[in-house]
Amino acid sequence: MDQGFFLLFATVSVITALTMVLVRNPVHSALALMACFLQVSAIFVLLEAPLLAVIQIFVYVGAIMVLFLFVIMMIDVREAVLQRFLPGGNLPALVLLVLLGVEMLVLVLWSDRFSVMEPVAMGGGDDVRQLGTALFADYLLPFETASVILLAALVGAIMLARKEQG
Amino acid sequence: MVPLWWYIVLGVVLFVIGAAGVLLRRNILVVLMSLELLLNSVNINFIAFGRYHADFRGQIFAIFVIAITAAEVAVALGILVALVRNKSTLKVDDVTVMKG
Repeated sequence: MDQGFFLLFATVSVITALTMVLVRNPVHSALALMACFLQVSAIFVLLEAPLLAVIQIFVYVGAIMVLFLFVIMMIDVREAVLQRFLPGGNLPALVLLVLLGVEMLVLVLWSDRFSVMEPVAMGGGDDVRQLGTALFADYLLPFETASVILLAALVGAIMLARKEQG
Repeated sequence: MVPLWWYIVLGVVLFVIGAAGVLLRRNILVVLMSLELLLNSVNINFIAFGRYHADFRGQIFAIFVIAITAAEVAVALGILVALVRNKSTLKVDDVTVMKG
């Protein structure tokens, strides 16, 4: 049951990710990436992380991809649609990618560290409450730092995208 | 029950696809989207390990990764809008001002 759902979500996410990379039109890329993020959030549900699944949908699909679509709307992508997909001279990059993938797969499949079958049972069913307590008690300083970083990014984005005065 | 290495392999596959997008595509928008995919595949690994070892820190790290990603995207798209306004190009190859 679980395995079937995992295979379904994983297959669709890989297919949509490939579509995102291979398609010419950036709008189609953005839509494919949105579908991919939805599949990943379903996988988070399978991993019993419902809070992360909801955050994934809110932040990635709801905020980040809509931001991408807004920017695509603001700028002219017609020139980008016409450009050649794979310019020559990227053979080294392809070789590097194949090496990277093969190396990671071999390391994962070789090692016996990743062959854990059964997840360890979590204590109780109050997962989100425990997560919130840990986030706001033990990880308060990183949390505040993240909020400051977000504020800095907000100010920076406004300053960067503003039209120059005079 | 799904074994742990299935999740790891999914993370690896998505990571390689994202890296392919970063290295092979020449459109800045698609490069940024591929970066999102890279960070997301790392999140799958964090949450899978956290789940299989009964540790909340995986999910907490994933939350921080998502927050930093949101900041990064906001700044990157701001830079992109300024770039398009000044140089009216979307190709990575045309943006070589900082090359020595």
